[in-house]
Amino acid sequence: MIKVIQPGLQTTVQDLGRIGHYEVGMPPSGAMDTYALKVSNLLVGNDEDAAGLEITYMGPKLKFEADTLIAITGGEIPPKINDEPAGMWETLSVKAGDVLSFDFVKSGARAYLAVQGGIDVPEIMGSRSTYTLIGIGGLEGRALKEDDELKIASDKNVNVKAGRKIDEDLIPKYSKEHDIRVVMGLCSYRLTEESKDEFLSTEWQVTPDANRVGYRFKGAKMDFVEREQPFGAGSDPSNVTDQGYPIGSIQIPGGIEPIALLNDAVTGGGYVTVATIISTDLDRMAQVKSGEKVKFVAVDIEESLKARKEMKDKLDEIRKQLA
Amino acid sequence: MTRYEYGGDEFIFVELSEEMTLQANFKAKAITEELRKRDLTGIVDICPGNASYMIRFMPEDIHPDELIELLKQLEEEVSWKEMTIQSRIVDVPIFFDDPWTHEVLMRFRDNHQDPESTDLDYAARINGYDSKEELIKAMTDAPYLVSMIGFVPGLPWCYQMVPQDRQIEVPKYVRPRTFTPERAFGFGGAFAVIYPVEGAGGYQLFGTAAAPIFENEQKNKDFKDEITFPRQGDIFRYRSITREEYDEIREKVEAGQFEYLIKDFSYKPQDVLEDPDAFSEDVIRRLYK
Repeated sequence: MIKVIQPGLQTTVQDLGRIGHYEVGMPPSGAMDTYALKVSNLLVGNDEDAAGLEITYMGPKLKFEADTLIAITGGEIPPKINDEPAGMWETLSVKAGDVLSFDFVKSGARAYLAVQGGIDVPEIMGSRSTYTLIGIGGLEGRALKEDDELKIASDKNVNVKAGRKIDEDLIPKYSKEHDIRVVMGLCSYRLTEESKDEFLSTEWQVTPDANRVGYRFKGAKMDFVEREQPFGAGSDPSNVTDQGYPIGSIQIPGGIEPIALLNDAVTGGGYVTVATIISTDLDRMAQVKSGEKVKFVAVDIEESLKARKEMKDKLDEIRKQLA
Repeated sequence: MTRYEYGGDEFIFVELSEEMTLQANFKAKAITEELRKRDLTGIVDICPGNASYMIRFMPEDIHPDELIELLKQLEEEVSWKEMTIQSRIVDVPIFFDDPWTHEVLMRFRDNHQDPESTDLDYAARINGYDSKEELIKAMTDAPYLVSMIGFVPGLPWCYQMVPQDRQIEVPKYVRPRTFTPERAFGFGGAFAVIYPVEGAGGYQLFGTAAAPIFENEQKNKDFKDEITFPRQGDIFRYRSITREEYDEIREKVEAGQFEYLIKDFSYKPQDVLEDPDAFSEDVIRRLYK
C-alpha cells in the first residue's frame, strides 16, 4: 500500500492505454511517454505494461507501507527518499515507512514511477489508465488527491535487486527546444503551399494550454486553399466534414493555433488536420513544457518506420541488460 | 477522387468524399465491414466515419502500403448498394428550447455568429423557416442515420435522411464554448449530435435529451453490456417532448428503469437513396406500431 501525503500537480495511474476502442470514441489514455513507463517497469521486474504513476511538473509526496522496489524514469523531476536524493533510471529499494518526494522539475515535463507488482486498480475495457474526462480507470477515474491509498499488486515473484541501471546512452536527454517528427498528410491538401512550408519552418511556441488532451501552439497564421465549402463541412475554411482524428494528429482550427491531439484527445471532429506526429515522437511530446519551442520536421513513412524499429531495438537492448 | 493518407506510422485515413453524402457513408461502412471480416493480424481499430474512414494498425504486422493496396482493392470490389445493414430504429426524446441549454447559450453569446438571437431562432432564420417551431418540426419529422461515433465516447453524429435540398445546415460557433451541458442536443454542419458528457463544444444548442447515451454506472438496461449506447448504422428518430414527459423520463433514468424504444430493422442503402421520404415514413411506422 502507498499512502498519498501530497498529490502533486497532476498525478495519475497509467499503463500503456485502452487500446482497440477508438471506434466508439474512446481515446487510448495511458502513459504519454511510453518508453519511460516501459523502462521503469522493466527496472522493477514488472511486465512493461504494468500500471504506474505519471507525474506532471510537480511531484507527489508518497509514503510506502511495505518494503518494495521502485524505479523513476522520464523527465528529470529529482526524487528524494526520506529527503535524501535518489537516482533516476535505476532500481531503488524502499522500506516500510519511507517517504518519496520530488524536487522541482529540471528538464522534461513528466516522470514515471513503477512499483514492483504494479498499481492495483480495476481494469476498465482492458486497461487501468485514468481518463478523467468521463471519469474511468485509475483511482476512481481521477487524478490522485491527498489521503488516497494505492494498492500494489502482489503477484510478482521475479527476483530483482536494487541498484540495477541501464546504460547512460539509453537515457533520453530533454532540452527546451524540440524537433518533433511528423508525417504530412490527412487533409494537408487544404493548406496553401506557402503555409505548408511555413508550418515546417516555424518555431512554434507551446501555449499554457498543454496537457494530456493536447498541446496548443502559437507562431504563424496558416492559409487555406480557396474553395466553396463542401456540403456538411461548415462554413469556416478550416472546417471539413467531421472525420476521425489519428492519435498525434495536428489540427488548425481557424488557421490560427495548431493543436496536437494526444492521449486523452477527442477522436474525431470537423477541423482540418494536416500532419501526424510519429509514434516514437509522441514520447518526446510528453516531455515538452508550456513556453518551450517545437519545430515540426517532416519525414516520410519509411523514416517513421525506421525510427520505430530503433525504439524497439533500444527496448530489446534494455531487456537484455536487465535480464 | 478518394484520398489515401498516412496518419503517422499507425493510422491510414481514407477520405471518400469531401462533402457529406449518404453514398460515401454507406461505402465507408461496406469497406470497413469487409475489412473486419478478413480478421487480419495487426489491425487494431476500424473506424467508419461520415464520408471517410480510418484504420489503426501495427506496422510490424502489416506494412502501411500493403494495407493501402488492400483498401483500394476493397473500394473497387464492395457492392455497397446491395449490402444489408442490420440496424436499430430508436426513439430518442428531446426537450427542445429547454432552460439548461438556453442558460448556457446566453452565457456564450459573444462566441456566436448572431449575439442578438438565440441558436434556435438563428438556425430557423438561416434555413428559411418562419419560426423555431417550424424548424423543430422539420428536425423531428424525418429520422437520422447515425453516420459516425466519436469526439468523446458514444457521441453520435446523425445525418437526416431527407433529400439534400431539405437538409438543415448551420455553422459551428465562431469560437467554441468552454462548456456544454451533459445530454445537450446540438447541430453543426449537417449533423445533429447529443453530447454524452459535459465539456467543450461548438455546435448550435437546441435542446436536451431526456435519456443518457453514456452511462458509467451501467444501471439502465441499454447500458448493461457497454457504457455507450449509439452504434454506427443506427437510425434515430428525435421526438419533441414536453417538460412533463422529460421529468418522467428523468425519474425512470435515475431509478435505473429506463429503456429506449428500439425496433430491430434491416435495410439496403438503395432503399434510402431511391426514395428517402418513403423510407422515412416506413421507419417511423415500424418504430411506433
